[in-house]
Amino acid sequence: MVTTAATLMETRSPSPHSRPTMAAPAAATPAEQAAPAAPVLIDVDHVDFFYGASHALHDVSLQILEKKVTAFIGPSGCGKSTLLRCFNRMNDLIDGTRVANGSIKIRGVDIYRRDVDPIELRKRVGMVFQKSNPFPKSIYENITYGLRLQGVRSKTRLDEVVEKSLRGAALWEEVKDRLHASGLGLSGGQQQRLCIARAIAVEPEIILMDEPCSALDPIATAKVEELINELKSRFTIVIVTHNMQQAARCSDKTAFFYLGRLIEYADTQTIFMNPSNPQTEAYVSGRFG
Amino acid sequence: MADTTLHLFQTRPSAARRWEKGILAVFGLATYFIMACGAAILLTIMVRGAPTVFRTQAPFVNVAFLTQAPETLFVFEFEGRKYELGDQAFRAFKAEHPAAENVKAESYANSSGGIFPCIVGTVLLVVGSMTIALVLGVSAAVYLNEYARDGKFIRSIRLSIANLAGVPSIVFGLFGAGMFVLFFGWNMSLLSGWFTLAFMILPVVITASEESLRAVPKGFREGSLALGATRWQTIRKNVVPYALPGILTSSILGIARVAGETAPIMFTAAYSVRDQLPWQGLTHWTDFFFQGVMALPYHIFVVSSKIPQNMYTERVQYGTAFIFMLIVGLIAAASILLRNKLRNRYKW
Repeated sequence: MVTTAATLMETRSPSPHSRPTMAAPAAATPAEQAAPAAPVLIDVDHVDFFYGASHALHDVSLQILEKKVTAFIGPSGCGKSTLLRCFNRMNDLIDGTRVANGSIKIRGVDIYRRDVDPIELRKRVGMVFQKSNPFPKSIYENITYGLRLQGVRSKTRLDEVVEKSLRGAALWEEVKDRLHASGLGLSGGQQQRLCIARAIAVEPEIILMDEPCSALDPIATAKVEELINELKSRFTIVIVTHNMQQAARCSDKTAFFYLGRLIEYADTQTIFMNPSNPQTEAYVSGRFG
Repeated sequence: MADTTLHLFQTRPSAARRWEKGILAVFGLATYFIMACGAAILLTIMVRGAPTVFRTQAPFVNVAFLTQAPETLFVFEFEGRKYELGDQAFRAFKAEHPAAENVKAESYANSSGGIFPCIVGTVLLVVGSMTIALVLGVSAAVYLNEYARDGKFIRSIRLSIANLAGVPSIVFGLFGAGMFVLFFGWNMSLLSGWFTLAFMILPVVITASEESLRAVPKGFREGSLALGATRWQTIRKNVVPYALPGILTSSILGIARVAGETAPIMFTAAYSVRDQLPWQGLTHWTDFFFQGVMALPYHIFVVSSKIPQNMYTERVQYGTAFIFMLIVGLIAAASILLRNKLRNRYKW
């Protein structure tokens, strides 16, 4: 079932070399394209989602592949963040929200089943928010927050994880001398990378990023994007972005949402160079949105 | 006036302009009037209370006033000299001078000795009731703000809490007397006083705690939950610590109120005279909670309305008021220091 779903998604993609002049996403090298399709990690099946009476997602189905970067694009209010926050059930925290139809499966388990503990889910599905939100604690305490919750007390283990996570988030060199200074003393870009380090410290499988660069300057953005490219060897990343260049630069697959519907989901290159839907084409070419 | 034409930025006389000055004067006067009243009250207490509390010779502080229990003052003339002696000293004097056995002395209750039992009682009342109020109040605020779903029921609870803040303190005193003193059978005791005072300031503590919790950015909660924290872990580690400075700010006001209220404790906890200090003569440690205490505000009430007014009783009246202000000031200062320390630790 997994393979059929994956092939269904792949069938739409035309030859990757149709227009080689455009800055291709790093992942879309011929070698990668030729590799066998990655397994489906998140399977969204005909999902309808409501905030109280307002219908935020209409019949959305897509498959997110393991160790790939999937970008959600679309104008504000199109439901991309809503879908993202379904993946770690952050929407549960808002009163009156519900998944009315369909299912979201991660590794085959419907995460909205009654016996799924959202706490356990969130340990496996990390999240980075639009507004960087380091806690007003030291850098060290920020990184170890998740592990301490899980009961890790060993100082050596915590030290190890702090270094590993900060290196993983390309922040180690910048902060290694002030691990015990407040995380809020860092610059905006560093704060966001600290949040990424904090998320990867608990070793999730999936990292959700909700417009992680929207408050950052271009240089900080470039660093985060570079980081995303490095992280995808270890994690599956889903990123919501308003910035279409960003989606083009760092994602493997792109989903375009409009008014709560999934309009088109395909390889990033296809979406940007050869979209099958006229609405997608209008959006990615900047004619609206 | 050689130049009769007005230049661009010159004021044209108008009604609005004249009002401006008048209104400014009214507001200014109101402010200075309030300040003057406040200063008059404080200065009177300080000027009249200072001679009782301070001494011109070392150790410069009237140690007896701060460390002894109240005594009756005896004023008498003996062999051509005028004496002002406290109860114990008077008895010793009579033992030393047998001729003074039947000397005619005027007696003034509570005007000699000190106010140590009242200081102890007030500190105990403040500490106990603030502890109860903070535990109950912060728990309620956390429940209302973090757990409860906003609805009609919760809104009506909030409204009731706000209304409770307007209930006169004497009513809380009666409630405490009925509930804790009589119904629970705690009698006049520290415990009755603590709960009565705690209930009186709970509305303030709850409202202020809720405000402080609401001021903690949503991102801290989401960030914590997204890392797999439970709600309680999030609240304990990542919400309440940041709200504490704000909660403490409100409890500083609560401290002043709790220390100063007389009505709630006169039915529930305060004795006008008690020989033993709270830690004396306990047969079991739980007795500690079931004993009445003397308290500064009630003592002020007693010495200024239950005994004749004259130069001898005035000393203890102003002295007590002065010490009372000092103690409230000290407790508040300590809380402010603690708050500032916390605030520096958690800044965002």
